[in-house]
Amino acid sequence: MAGSGSIHLRPPEERVLSVDDLVVEFPAKGGHTVHAVSGISFDLVDGETLGILGESGCGKSSAGRAVMQLPPPTSGEVRLGGDALTSSSGNQLRKRRARMQMIFQDPVSSLNPRRKVKDLVAEGPRIWGRKVDDAQIREVLSAVGLDPDVVWDRRPHELSGGQCQRVCIARALMLDPQVLICDEPVSSLDVSVQAQILNLLEETKQRYRLSMVFIAHDLAVVKNISDRIMVMYLGKVCEIIPSGSLALQARHPYTQLLLDSVPEAHLPGATTDAEGVAEQTRSAELPSPLDPPSGCRFRTRCPLATELCAAQEPQLQEAGPGHYLACHHADLAAILGTQETLAS
Amino acid sequence: MTDTSLRLEERPAAPAAPLLVVDGLRTVISTARGELNAVDGVSLTLAPGEALGIVGESGSGKSVLGRTIMGLHTSGPGMTVTGSVHFDGRDIQRLPARGLRELWGASIGMVFQDPMTALNPVKKIGTHLTETLRKHRGLDRAQARARALELLALVGIPDPARRIDQYPHEMSGGMRQRVVIAMALANEPKLLIADEPTTALDVTVQRQILDLLDRLRSELGMALILISHNLGVVAGRTDRVAVMYAGRVVETADSRSLFDRPHHPYTEALLAAIPRLEEAPHLRLEAIDGSPPDMVRPPSGCRFAPRCRYAREDCLQVVPDLRPADDAPLDPAGVVPPGRHLHACYHPVDRSGES
Repeated sequence: MAGSGSIHLRPPEERVLSVDDLVVEFPAKGGHTVHAVSGISFDLVDGETLGILGESGCGKSSAGRAVMQLPPPTSGEVRLGGDALTSSSGNQLRKRRARMQMIFQDPVSSLNPRRKVKDLVAEGPRIWGRKVDDAQIREVLSAVGLDPDVVWDRRPHELSGGQCQRVCIARALMLDPQVLICDEPVSSLDVSVQAQILNLLEETKQRYRLSMVFIAHDLAVVKNISDRIMVMYLGKVCEIIPSGSLALQARHPYTQLLLDSVPEAHLPGATTDAEGVAEQTRSAELPSPLDPPSGCRFRTRCPLATELCAAQEPQLQEAGPGHYLACHHADLAAILGTQETLAS
Repeated sequence: MTDTSLRLEERPAAPAAPLLVVDGLRTVISTARGELNAVDGVSLTLAPGEALGIVGESGSGKSVLGRTIMGLHTSGPGMTVTGSVHFDGRDIQRLPARGLRELWGASIGMVFQDPMTALNPVKKIGTHLTETLRKHRGLDRAQARARALELLALVGIPDPARRIDQYPHEMSGGMRQRVVIAMALANEPKLLIADEPTTALDVTVQRQILDLLDRLRSELGMALILISHNLGVVAGRTDRVAVMYAGRVVETADSRSLFDRPHHPYTEALLAAIPRLEEAPHLRLEAIDGSPPDMVRPPSGCRFAPRCRYAREDCLQVVPDLRPADDAPLDPAGVVPPGRHLHACYHPVDRSGES
């Protein structure tokens, strides 16, 4: 992987959100630096859902938070509509950022345990000094599938995880956002509740005309909700692919590894390997983001790696309509993909 | 499933005596709000070398069941366990503390969800492994260390000679879970209970750990109980699956027929709620409305009835027991082949019209 490049970006006038060459670094002990996100670019057009897919440590959450300026990125530019968030600060940043809201993984701990649902939902606008009438709160609670009469005076501990996540979504909607950034919003929920929340996010997006960044590690979940999927590995982008093509046309060796690792509920016994290739890739350890490999960061686990991969970082290149790939061996990767499809 | 299912499953045509027989097990936990029926009448058997998957959502009682089988939950203050668990002919609920310790070290191994809390952060990896070897096998220091190195190699840890002197925090999550598995396997147990062994891990690492469990099971011939909320994890890795809802087993069958032709509406709904990779994006998922019952005050009748789309009047009266799927009358002796498809439902999903 990974690569850099901006070939996949759309014309500026179409973009709701654009992120250019985002770098997030954290200081670590002994003068080292954690390279969490190393120069990624992406954009979001009106009404689109971009899925960011990757395993723990790939920088997907850091990227999401840096877009929100929580904290601001080390370098790079984030523009929401026409406004550059990265160069604004203080009040100006707060004002501009309000059009972008975030939903977190753990819904219970992202709500103040001492406040009631009605106050939690109204909190955002009240901070801005706006008057909030009860009818408005009721409307948004109903929109997220909660019965206002039942939950009105309840506190977070009296609600289930799924209900708390609904409250979080209601809170976000109260500020009338353009963009919703969801960081693993369903990964702490049970399967049956996960389906409820995914359906709700989809409905909400239509109803409130939102664009969405959906960060998660579960391939099927990301595929279900996204229009485009960006696969990340160690702070870099591997592949950007229309979500409908993910299962059959993904070509980056890392995306293929992810696909190959998915346990399939409906195909018992079908988890056997196509080849030993995947086995080799899986068993290698994730390199440390303190000292990422040179060139392509995936090369230490990649079955196709050559000297070129160590020497030179691959750039994103177009592989099909809306499909971009950062791999020196994209042609080989395509053949490998075909073989695996045939074998399975 | 109480007595009926036991009779059905316990009379196999095969001669092998079951390794584990759980009969009418109930684990009741006293809480401030009242008695919580965490496990509410579960019977099952496990043959030597067999892999059984237990799936269910949070609060279904699957973990409490695993721990009760293991003997970690016994009757005492705050908890009442009734029914019986026989492992290898011994009644686990009646074993004294000393007997339980022998059993845990040598015959039953357990792997928990979070590898970090299962390891002692101030002890080296080697110490975790040699402790149980020296205790149960009477090995001396050097022998135990040699065996520990073997075990680390067995679970696929590269460079065991270096890793054995490291502390848990120096390893990744996947490596730690391998160490926990190595600990559980140290004395070659007959049964390994793995409670959500991959939930805290990434997909690629999850795949490694599941492959490892598969390989070890066939190499060592041990039986496995794999407890998970993830149907996909259980599907390809087990011979038989039991689906739990609200403390009871609602359906059990060999893995393939359970996933291909679920009978119980809950199993069907659970499978339908999972997004699938081969389906088109933005497809609306079939969510299950409502939430699981409060097990302090479980509903009368079928526990799933309030959320079930097929529920009728009779579902609300009496709790259904597990029974054979095809309703075929039992032969005169009442013998049923082992591993049959059983469900606890008055109105099972009708799939006769489908191809």
